[in-house]
Amino acid sequence: MELIGKDTNIDFIGKRKLALIVSFTLIVIGILSLFVRGLNFGIEFTGGTLVEVAYDQPVQIAEVRAQLADAGQNDAVVQYFGTTRDVSIRLPAADESSTAQISTETLQALRAPFKEVLAEKTDGGEQQCMRDGQGPVACKVQMRRIEFIGPQFGEELAENGGLAMLAALFLIMLYVAFRFEWKFSIGSVAALGHDVLIAIGIFSIFQLEFTQPVLAALLAVIGYSLNDTIVVFDRIRENFRKMRKGAPVEIMNQSINQTLRRTVLTSVTTLLVLFALFFLGGEVIRGFAVALIIGVIIGTYSSIFVASPIVLMLGLSREDMLLVKKEGADQEQILP
Amino acid sequence: MNRNPLWKYVIIAAVIIPGFLYALPNLYGEDPGVHVAGVGSFTTDEDTLRQIERALAEQNTAPIRTTLDATGIQMRFADTETQLKAKDVVQAELGDDYTVALSLLPSTPNWLADLGGAPMYLGLDLRGGVHFLMEVDVEGAIKAAEERYVADLRSILRESKVRYLTIRRSAQGGIEIKFRDELQRDQGREEILDELSQLKLVDDEREGKPFIVASLREEAVEEIKSFALQQNMTSLRNRVDELGVAEPVVQQQGDRRIVVQLPGVQDTAKAKEILGRTATLEIKLVDEEHDLESAIRGSVPAGSRLYRHRNGSQILLKKPLIYSGHNIVDAAAGRDQLSGTAVVHITLDSRGAEINQRVTGENVGRRMAVVFVEERSETKLDEAGRPVVNDQGEVVKTRKRIEEVITAPVIREQLGKRFQIEGLDSSEEAQDLALLLRAGALATPIDIIEERTIGPSLGRDNINQGFRSVLIGFSLVLIFMLIYYRLFGVVACTALVLNLVLIVSVLSLLQATLTLPGVAGIVLTVGMAVDANVLIFERIREEIRNGNTPQASIHVGYDKAFGTILDANFTTLIAAIVLFSIGSGPVKGFAVTLSIGILTSMFTAIFGTRALINLMYGGRRVRKLAI
Repeated sequence: MELIGKDTNIDFIGKRKLALIVSFTLIVIGILSLFVRGLNFGIEFTGGTLVEVAYDQPVQIAEVRAQLADAGQNDAVVQYFGTTRDVSIRLPAADESSTAQISTETLQALRAPFKEVLAEKTDGGEQQCMRDGQGPVACKVQMRRIEFIGPQFGEELAENGGLAMLAALFLIMLYVAFRFEWKFSIGSVAALGHDVLIAIGIFSIFQLEFTQPVLAALLAVIGYSLNDTIVVFDRIRENFRKMRKGAPVEIMNQSINQTLRRTVLTSVTTLLVLFALFFLGGEVIRGFAVALIIGVIIGTYSSIFVASPIVLMLGLSREDMLLVKKEGADQEQILP
Repeated sequence: MNRNPLWKYVIIAAVIIPGFLYALPNLYGEDPGVHVAGVGSFTTDEDTLRQIERALAEQNTAPIRTTLDATGIQMRFADTETQLKAKDVVQAELGDDYTVALSLLPSTPNWLADLGGAPMYLGLDLRGGVHFLMEVDVEGAIKAAEERYVADLRSILRESKVRYLTIRRSAQGGIEIKFRDELQRDQGREEILDELSQLKLVDDEREGKPFIVASLREEAVEEIKSFALQQNMTSLRNRVDELGVAEPVVQQQGDRRIVVQLPGVQDTAKAKEILGRTATLEIKLVDEEHDLESAIRGSVPAGSRLYRHRNGSQILLKKPLIYSGHNIVDAAAGRDQLSGTAVVHITLDSRGAEINQRVTGENVGRRMAVVFVEERSETKLDEAGRPVVNDQGEVVKTRKRIEEVITAPVIREQLGKRFQIEGLDSSEEAQDLALLLRAGALATPIDIIEERTIGPSLGRDNINQGFRSVLIGFSLVLIFMLIYYRLFGVVACTALVLNLVLIVSVLSLLQATLTLPGVAGIVLTVGMAVDANVLIFERIREEIRNGNTPQASIHVGYDKAFGTILDANFTTLIAAIVLFSIGSGPVKGFAVTLSIGILTSMFTAIFGTRALINLMYGGRRVRKLAI
C-alpha cells in the first residue's frame, strides 16, 4: 500500500518564502500572545495547592465554593473536570508562608457538611470515613489527588525547565555540527527553536495549562522534530556526494521528496499513539498529549519547510559536504 | 546473500530469552501481604520469624509463603481476610517494637524470584500514596551556629581576661567583636584561634576602634549543612517507621532536600503531623541510691521516675533536668585513639559545657542518662480501632509524650565541652547512637516544599488508563504497519512486540520507578520505534523502484538506513538525557522509559528485523518482495 504517489516531485524549497512568512507570522503572534496573555502556568511553576476530589453524587460548584469560603479559603478556584461529580480546587500560593497544611484544611472543609472524617485505611480501593461517629463506610468525598508546590520551589522548577530546554538545544547543536556541518547545525536548531516557540505560542493563545508534563513533552518534541530533520539532512548529504551535477536547490528538493513518505508515515504512526493517549490516558496525560500532538505536526512541517531552506540560505555548497565523506566511509564497517 | 552468521542469531537469542524471562514476573498478580520491620534497634531475624509463624499457626492464619530480607519479614496470604486477621495477630505478638503493615506483595514464583526476577516498580501515581519533598532550613542552622559561637566567644575572652567591648552577630551573617585597643585584639585573636579552629578571623577598623570579624570557615559551613541534613534524615526515618508503611522511601536529594515517599498512605494529614514533629533530648542523672526492683514493683521514690530503656529494660532517673539536646552541637561516631574501640564524640555549646563541668565534677562514678523525648498528637481510637469523634464531628486528638532512655553511661571523670561515650560493642552501635543523639539535638526546621498525593482510586484509574492507552496505541500502529507493509509489516510488528517486552524487562531488572508519564514515554517509543523500520522499508522500496534485485535492495536498504537511524536516535537520546538530569519527579519518569525505549528499539528494529528477513529471504532466489 502507498499513501503518497510513487515519485513525488514537489518544489518544497521554491516555496520557502511563503513558508518563512507563515512561520514568521505564527511566531510573532505567539510571542505577542506571550507578552499580552502570558502562559497559563500550572501550580508546579507558580506554587500553590491543587486538590481534586470525587463526590459520590453530583455537586454544585457554588456550594463547594461556599463551603471553602466558610473555612476561610476565599480565593479558591473551583472547577468541574470530567463529570459533575469530579471537582478540582486550586489555591494560589498566597505568600511565602503558604504551607502544605492548606490542602488538609481544604479536605476537612469539604468533608465537614457530611460530618465525615477519614478513618484508618481498611481497604485498598476506596477511602473509608467515619460518618457521624458510625462506620467505617466509603467516604462521600474521595480524595483523588493533592499537589502542593512551595512558591520558591515553583520558581526553581520554572528556571530548571528553561535551562533544560537550552541545554538540550545546545547539545544537539554540538552533535549535529560534529556529525554534519555547522550550517546544518544552525538549520536544525533554528527549526527546533521554531517548533518550540510556535508550540508555546499556541499554549499561550488558547491559554492551555502549562504544566511539567507539558514541558517534558516539548523537550520530547525537540527530540522528535530533530529526528525528522536529521533524516532529511542525511539524505541531502548522501545526494550531494552521489549527484555530481545539480544545483543545491534541486538536490535539496529531491532529498525532501525522497524522504517525504517516511516523514509522513512516521508522523502518522506517532500521531496514532498520541491520539490514543489523548483520549484514553486520563486527565494528567491529556496536556502532555496535546503538547506532543502540536509539536509533532509543527515538527513535521519544520523539517520539510524550515530546516533545509535555512541551510540553503546559509550558503551550503558541495565543498561543505566533501569534508564529511570520511565518516560515511567508516560507517560501512559497523553495518549489521 | 543476506544470510546471518550464527553468532548474530546467538546474540539475538541471548537478548530475547532473558528479555522474556525478566518480563514474565509482570504477568503474575499480587498477593495480600503483611510486612514486618523492627523499630530502632529491634531487628527481624530467624527467631522473630519463628515466633511469628508459631503465633499465626495457633490462630489458623498461616501464611502461604514467608521471606526474610534486609527490609524485614514479608508474609503472603491466601486472601485479604486472612491478611487482616494475621496483621492483628502479629502486631499483638510483637508489640510496639515492630511495625506491622499491610501491603501487596508480588506473587512471583520462587524460581523466578531466585533468578532476580521481579515485576516493575510502580510509582506513587500508579498505586496511590504520598510524596513529600522537604527542605532543610540550612540558613537557619548556620544562623543558630553563629549565635552559639557568640556565646562561646564571650566565655573564651572572659576566661582569658581579654577586654572586649561588644560581641554580636551581624544581620548579614558573621560575628563582629569590638575591642578596646589593638593589643587586646591581638591577644583576643590568639585565644580565639586556639579554641575555635572553625572560625575565620579578619581584622577591621571602624570609627577608630579595632574589630575582628569572625565567620565560619567553608568546611564548617559544609559540616553544619550535612549535619542538619543527616539529623533530619534520621528523625524522618524513625517517624516513617512509626507510620507502619511497607516500603517507605527516605532519600537525600541535593544538599538540602529529602524525599519521603509513603506508598499506600491515604491520610496525608496524619503523615504531615508525624513528619513535622520535633524531638528533643534530656540529660538526667541515674538514681542509684534507690532500688530499681522496688521501684518497678510500684514504690518509686519522690524526686525520681521510672523510664523505659531502648533495650527494653527499665531504669530509674532523677527528675531534675541537667541540660537538654539544644546544648548538643555535634555527635559523631568514631574510634578511641588509644584503645581503638567504638565511641561517640559529643560536643556541647558553652552553656552546656559549663553545666556539664559542674555536674560531672560532682558525680564522678555515677551514671548519666540521655532521654529521647518526642511529643506526639494521636487520633484517639475506640476498642474497634476506629477514630473517636466529638459532637462537632471532629476527630478527638490526644497528646502523648514518648520518653525513652537511649544510653546511660558511667561518668569516669569531670567532663567539659567535648567528651566521648565509650564501651560500645561495635561501630554500628556507635553510629546508631550518634544518629539518635543528633536527631534529638538542636533540631533544624524542615519544610514541605512539594507534596504529591494520589488517592487510591486515582492510582487504580491511572493504571487502567495507562494500560489501555498502551494497548490501543500499540494495536493501531500494528494494524497500520500490517496493512502498509504486508509481510514486512509482520516483521516490523514482531520487532515492535519484542521491543515492548524488552522495555518491560529492562524496567523490571533495573527496578526503575514506572510512573504515568513513564507509561506515556513507552507509548511514544512505540510510535517512534516503527520509524527505524519505516526508514529501512522505504529505502528497500526505493531500491526496488530503481531496478535493483530484491536481495540487493534488502542489503542496500539496511545499509543506507543504518547511519540515519543512528543519528536520529542519538539526538533523541540527548534530549532524553537532558530531561533526566535536569527534570524533576514526573519528568524523570518519562525520560527513563524514553531512553530505554530508544536503546531497545534500535536493537529490535535493526538487528531483530534483519534476522527475521534474512531467515525468510536469505540465500535463495527471490523474484518479488512482499513489501
